[in-house]
Amino acid sequence: MRALLSARIGGVLLLAAIVAALPLLGPNRFYVDMAMKSWLNAAVCIGLNLLIGYAGQISLGHAGFFALGAYASAILTARYGVPGLVAMLAGAVGTGLLAFAVARPILKLRGHYLAMATLGLGFIISIVLTRELWLTGGPDGVQVPALFVGTWRASGLETWYWIAGGAMVLTAWLSLNLIDSGIGRALRALHGSEVAAETLGIDTTRYKVMVFVLSAVIAALVGSLFAHAERFVTPQEAGFLRSIEFVTMVVLGGMASTFGAVVGAVILTVLPQAVATFQDFKHIVFGAILIMVMIFMPRGLVPTLAGLVRRPGGGPGA
Amino acid sequence: MAEFLQFLFSGLTVGAIYAMVGVGFAIIYNSSQVINFAQGEFVMIGGMATVALTANAGLPLALAVPIAIAIAALTGLALQKFAIEPSRGASVATVIIITIGASIFIRGVVEVALGKNDRALESFSGDEPLRIAGATLLPQSLWVLGALVAVAIGLKLFFDRTRVGKAMLATAQNRLAAQLVGIEVNRIMLLSFGLSAALGALAGLLTAPITLTRYDVGIMLGLKGFCAAILGGLGSAWGALIGGLLLGIVEQMSAGYFSSAYKDAVAFVIILAVLFVRPSGLFGARGTDRV
Repeated sequence: MRALLSARIGGVLLLAAIVAALPLLGPNRFYVDMAMKSWLNAAVCIGLNLLIGYAGQISLGHAGFFALGAYASAILTARYGVPGLVAMLAGAVGTGLLAFAVARPILKLRGHYLAMATLGLGFIISIVLTRELWLTGGPDGVQVPALFVGTWRASGLETWYWIAGGAMVLTAWLSLNLIDSGIGRALRALHGSEVAAETLGIDTTRYKVMVFVLSAVIAALVGSLFAHAERFVTPQEAGFLRSIEFVTMVVLGGMASTFGAVVGAVILTVLPQAVATFQDFKHIVFGAILIMVMIFMPRGLVPTLAGLVRRPGGGPGA
Repeated sequence: MAEFLQFLFSGLTVGAIYAMVGVGFAIIYNSSQVINFAQGEFVMIGGMATVALTANAGLPLALAVPIAIAIAALTGLALQKFAIEPSRGASVATVIIITIGASIFIRGVVEVALGKNDRALESFSGDEPLRIAGATLLPQSLWVLGALVAVAIGLKLFFDRTRVGKAMLATAQNRLAAQLVGIEVNRIMLLSFGLSAALGALAGLLTAPITLTRYDVGIMLGLKGFCAAILGGLGSAWGALIGGLLLGIVEQMSAGYFSSAYKDAVAFVIILAVLFVRPSGLFGARGTDRV
């Protein structure tokens, strides 16, 4: 227990140290911006990983929740003059309620049917955001005012770097605590076998709904932050490709690993910029890398590498 | 009435395309339990390759079509051989990401080879619309519908009459048992990727004269095909076929009678509604879990 506790706190401290140390490398705006987006993506992925990695339920629609948060902040602050934090909270609660309403029928589905249903949900959200011009500004997107906390104005890339980094570390801390709690054990049990978990008296539906709603709320909150950081949102944030991007980050980094989610998010935020040097060939290179990593490390980067470190010379790691 | 007939015609045409893509999903899923998110790219290859072979290389259509289908089929074989087979035993999510990686890769190759522009393909037998009870029907739609009928009959004969077709069904029902009676399961899986890629390509090249084609048309068509397959109940080729037609008709009717703004959303609303009532699609078998 003591070892677990220290691994948990140690991990969070490590993440915090990385966030704190990174700006020391230099003030290049391009890199700071990329790092800021990496942390925001990582926070969404940590939440999504609870659902995919621990509860074993796939979602191909989380960008929808992300965009709902972003648009709630954008519309409520710009149009109705609602204070930023209140708008953020409203977005999170609204998204949570929507997720809760659809969670039971959706999570009854298994495997590819669940993938289809979540994909459909995300698609519907993105189409509504694209079509309801009067409210959302349509495909061209919408301007977002700066975030005010009281009279303090959160602006500037550097400020947002720290907000994004803080949000990511906080989400990681929350996630690691949850995993080590009774809820985390219940989730792992139902991932192993839903029927077996039920016979042990675990209310599997309740836990699945809980994690689905939690991951949706995290996505919405990060979406709000993203909207204020970028000062602009488009319906593309809700798109199918964005949902796929989140899932890819989780799977690439390693399912059922909070640090894997962070690593996956960072790599997939940076990689498209890195392969941009291949210009016309960037999609070919990107696709090839994705295929290779998943073939040779089917469990994802972090669990595979951790296994290697723990058992040098190969063999199945923990 | 004329209006209804008009929407029905366009619904059937679009639905036939969804059906062919959906059947491709079902065939691959049956033999390998893989949902191939690169399925839409075969549709794109079919259209783009035919355009390139006729417009750029100057081949006659009758020659370009089989070559385009062959290119797609070879791509399907390569996908199975080099990306899916090596990942045997990986989790569902991992395999999904591999097929998504493959679809990005294929799109990238076509983007580099043939560019990013919209490409048009000439209609197979002119653009003079047929008039039926006040509604019009494009000759190209007849090609599409005819192809769907031919595909349905072909598949029926293939699964009922040929040894390979029966072996494919056997593999779908029970992999291990199929292997025990001497069926080479790996070759069956290879074949199923080739076959479904060919079907996708056929759908793509038939639809290219109606809707234009581009390196990224596969994303949406693939998703609609997935909808068709899920609607019919995964793993049922006939379910996917009917699911695709239904989807096309409902989509065009809603676009015609209500608003085309939400045309693309209709498919997903239907899917959600059906899945909430019947969690394994319209014709899918109810699954049981082994502990």
